[in-house]
Amino acid sequence: MNAPNPLDTMRASGYLRADGRKGIRNYVVVAYLVECAHHVARTIASKYEPQAVQLIGFPGCYLSDYADSMMQSLCTHPNVGAVLLVSLGCEEFKRSALAEVISSSGRPVDVLVIQEQGGTRSTIEKGFTIVDDLRAEVEKGGRTPFTAADLMIGTECGGSDGTSALTANPAIGLAFDGICAAGGTAMFEETCELFGCEAHMTDRAVTPELAQAIDAAMAKAHQYHTDLGYSSFGGGNITGGLTTIEEKSLGAYAKSGSAPIVGMLKPAVRPSGPGLYLMDTVNDGGLRFGIPNINDNATVIEMVASGCHMVLFSTGRGSVVGSAIAPIVKICANPRTFRNLSEDMDVDAGKVLEQRATLDDVALEILETVRRTAEGVPTKSEGLGHQEFILTYKTFEPLGPGCLPI
Amino acid sequence: MGNAALRLSEHDNVAVAIDDIEPGSTVELGELTVRAVERVPLGHKIAILPISCGAKIVKLGVPIGSATADIEVGQHVHMHNVQSDYLNNEEYHWE
Repeated sequence: MNAPNPLDTMRASGYLRADGRKGIRNYVVVAYLVECAHHVARTIASKYEPQAVQLIGFPGCYLSDYADSMMQSLCTHPNVGAVLLVSLGCEEFKRSALAEVISSSGRPVDVLVIQEQGGTRSTIEKGFTIVDDLRAEVEKGGRTPFTAADLMIGTECGGSDGTSALTANPAIGLAFDGICAAGGTAMFEETCELFGCEAHMTDRAVTPELAQAIDAAMAKAHQYHTDLGYSSFGGGNITGGLTTIEEKSLGAYAKSGSAPIVGMLKPAVRPSGPGLYLMDTVNDGGLRFGIPNINDNATVIEMVASGCHMVLFSTGRGSVVGSAIAPIVKICANPRTFRNLSEDMDVDAGKVLEQRATLDDVALEILETVRRTAEGVPTKSEGLGHQEFILTYKTFEPLGPGCLPI
Repeated sequence: MGNAALRLSEHDNVAVAIDDIEPGSTVELGELTVRAVERVPLGHKIAILPISCGAKIVKLGVPIGSATADIEVGQHVHMHNVQSDYLNNEEYHWE
């Protein structure tokens, strides 16, 4: 890009956490620890504006190391200042261990156990009092300069069509190059949507060991989906003109831009330095819990758990989702979809097809939107109150050697 | 309209519609002039070279699948005449 990078001069005011991390939002999180506590947690959270209080949770009743690590990472996310955990009481989730992790990070935390509080109404009433207190606590937190070097950004595509690869995805790729050039951290994901891109990705890896790790992750993704019997490709993609998973993958890959790949992550693992990372989102240990990512929010939240402050979301068909904890910036690939759903879209990338802008123009617009979002301006989905969240059962082994060379 | 489709790489045997292409209309792609034999909606692919059954479909210079039938210049290239070289979904559910 010839224009100055808007991130080079970004001087946002971040929220400084006791553990030293810096957020762009100052949320109190209400988290249910089993589906049976969902209604109580939702009722507590619903009393407040989504700009202040966000709802997350894990629906399962049985232990999951993956859910533990996701919940720990999300409850200590830089955009989160304090947490209320809502437990039914008899589920297996290790609530004390989670509360201890949150407390050790310096964040205020409280736990309500419905079976010990006298039931639904009593817990909700107590929850209101606690959240009022937690909100007062987070308001007292310190502010700190927040620059491009503090920024961590993910990217996702949802509802892709034949225009995604032409406009929004390559524009996000250029914006990703801008984020990395400004000293920030970026990640792309979904190894199950990168078939056909293996050789190109391994060429971009900064070490041979990392290239080997990427190859192995791609082989795992292929085996997993072969066993599953189908790929991450379907209905709306086909109506929108995409014919095969490798065609969809090629378009999705364009979001990663052209920076060297400095590491490979798994969900909830934090990057070891600035630069571009690939996230491996496919289960380890074979076909155990079905479809690895059951919808777009399942992967969005995995990048958020690894520390992303916001996510650049490309859509052709017209997804309207947001996310809990991290703002979603919606970049619309298809000019007709933008006209139809403009109230949900942050950036109109489809104008490239109508010769009203270049990819560089759109990339600049994306970087300006990133800057504004970091400065506190709500994105479209935030303003509309979207805070989609999903957490399912998955299994991951620890990262192998060579994944984080820096 | 001369530019209703884009050829994304000189190696490609398909172009991508950036507007709905109606049957009988022509698309100009550099030295190639392609006459659409059927409707190709926005975002879908049109054959710009003859493609034999079994040959690779090439977009952005990269194979994105194999032809399951002989495809003539100007035809719509999609599920009915292409299969994945990776994974084909057994069933499709869409409206």
